[in-house]
Amino acid sequence: MPTDRDLPATVLVIDDTAYQTTATRKFAERRRWVAPDPRAVVAHIPGVVCTVYVKVGESIRRGDRLLVLEAMKMQNDVPAPCTGRVKAVHVIGGQMVAKGERLVELE
Amino acid sequence: MSLDKKLKEHAKRVEVAQQGGGPKAQEKQRAMGKLLARDRITAILDEGSFHEYDMFVEHRCQDFDMDKKNLAADGVITGTGTISGHPVCIFAQDFTVAGGSLGLAHARKICKIMDHAVKLGVPLIGVNDSGGARIQEGVNSLAGYGEIFYRNTLASGVIPQISVILGPCAGGAVYSPALTDFVFVVDKISKMFITGPEVIKTVLGEEISMEDLGGARVSTEVSGNAHFFSESEADCFAQIKRLVTFIPWNNRKRADAFPAKPPRPGPAISGIIPAEPTKPYDVRDVVRAVCDDSDFFEIQQHWAANIVIGFARLNGDTVGVVANQPLVLAGVLDVDSSDKAARFVRFCDAFNIPLVTFVDLPGYLPGVDQEHAGVIRHGAKVLYAYSEATVPKVTVILRKAYGGGYIAMCSRHLGADLVVAWPTAEIAVMGPEGAANIIFKREIEQAADPNAVRRGKVAEYSEKFANPYIAAANGHIDAVITPAETREFVIHAIAISSQKREERPAKKHGLPPF
Repeated sequence: MPTDRDLPATVLVIDDTAYQTTATRKFAERRRWVAPDPRAVVAHIPGVVCTVYVKVGESIRRGDRLLVLEAMKMQNDVPAPCTGRVKAVHVIGGQMVAKGERLVELE
Repeated sequence: MSLDKKLKEHAKRVEVAQQGGGPKAQEKQRAMGKLLARDRITAILDEGSFHEYDMFVEHRCQDFDMDKKNLAADGVITGTGTISGHPVCIFAQDFTVAGGSLGLAHARKICKIMDHAVKLGVPLIGVNDSGGARIQEGVNSLAGYGEIFYRNTLASGVIPQISVILGPCAGGAVYSPALTDFVFVVDKISKMFITGPEVIKTVLGEEISMEDLGGARVSTEVSGNAHFFSESEADCFAQIKRLVTFIPWNNRKRADAFPAKPPRPGPAISGIIPAEPTKPYDVRDVVRAVCDDSDFFEIQQHWAANIVIGFARLNGDTVGVVANQPLVLAGVLDVDSSDKAARFVRFCDAFNIPLVTFVDLPGYLPGVDQEHAGVIRHGAKVLYAYSEATVPKVTVILRKAYGGGYIAMCSRHLGADLVVAWPTAEIAVMGPEGAANIIFKREIEQAADPNAVRRGKVAEYSEKFANPYIAAANGHIDAVITPAETREFVIHAIAISSQKREERPAKKHGLPPF
């Protein structure tokens, strides 16, 4: 078991003051937050893509069904978040996707 | 039947029951590096003190040919005994009997010993080693779990409850340990999770080993579900025995007093803290320099290490220690450290254990992940737990006590009985850098040499406010003491609080932010 004395040295800035300290494993491995791209449709839950209803270049309106994602034994409609055109489709029917994985990109 | 025959029959029945799942299953258990259930109990308890109950309990399931199956003791050993002379109730699931699976009779044995523990006012120790619900018993098995959870909840804060995970403890079963006060795990043996690797792979496509998902290291380092990590079952049992000496039998008693011992000779307490407020040090060195025999029994050592919690003795009496740890993440409060401290404060309050808090923190951890994880909600637990606690509360401010962190760490304002500060203390609304950058923002921006002006203003602010005397002048702290005086001051404060009575408004229960 690593002791906290073995944790990686780090500098933590709080209220403009830099403290010499060490990072916990959880802190060191935390994922940096990135602003979500409103034109990228990502899987909000891990699951399997059942059917994709749109093709690249197709014009769609906000709320149109893009695809169906089966997760936790439920068939979830994935609607378009905005009106626009389909720029890319990253998945096909039957594909397993992780949470946060890009499904469709709009423009 | 002659008496002799009856005695022989009894001996035979005992022998059969003690074989558990039979020699083959027992051999398999040993091959996994695990002790047998009864051996675990006798290893935890004082020699010869175990008295077994319900050895001949049988299940009533008739489905799936279960009526033809005899399950020894129905897969769980229960009874009473002592640890260092303290009475305890104990149960241990027997993995050699139908995988330690929980059926209704098995659950009722556990419930019976739990009820017994509450009635007698003694700690309950549960050893978990089970594949989960006995599927053949269907919903009756679920009923069994539910009745255990209900009892865990009713016993919470009445008797100490200790869980020892010595095998798989998965699915709903793991909620019983989660409702108890202290969870012990052993490397390579303990496995705790709600959904296992197989299900996660099927549903989510994520591949992970049992060890990485809910092994002993992960449970004590990442999730914080367990409190004590051991390399072996023997080490684990030694830790349980040690824990029991620090806690009372029940909420009406105090922990046993031991002969007072001075701290062991070590580095001078006044030399532990670096002069630079940005330099780290190990706050446990301060705790050891203050407590009896320099003996500090740390809890959740590996999780949220930016706060330190544990038991120690002062003048022979148990105290609960909470201390910010500058060595890790500068000792900030964050989601995990708040949860860790708040739960411990509530345990101490429930079981009449005085609280000693050592403060050195720059504040709360900034970050999107922290805010989105609810650092407001979790941080509030620390305020709630300290404010709610009516046991003696003593606070020692070692160095930084800034902003919300100052308030949260058992300040006078949350009802501390004694707050003292070392001359190195900096009790202020925020650190000098941050404060100067806000108060003198315009002057710094408009200066010909902003950096020089900033340095000057930071020095000016530090000089004026980064000390304990403003707080002392306002009566927010009771005394400024030298590090060498700390032990005597804290012992005195706790001694004079022994008859402390603090009433709270009558209510059904409060609503802590959990």
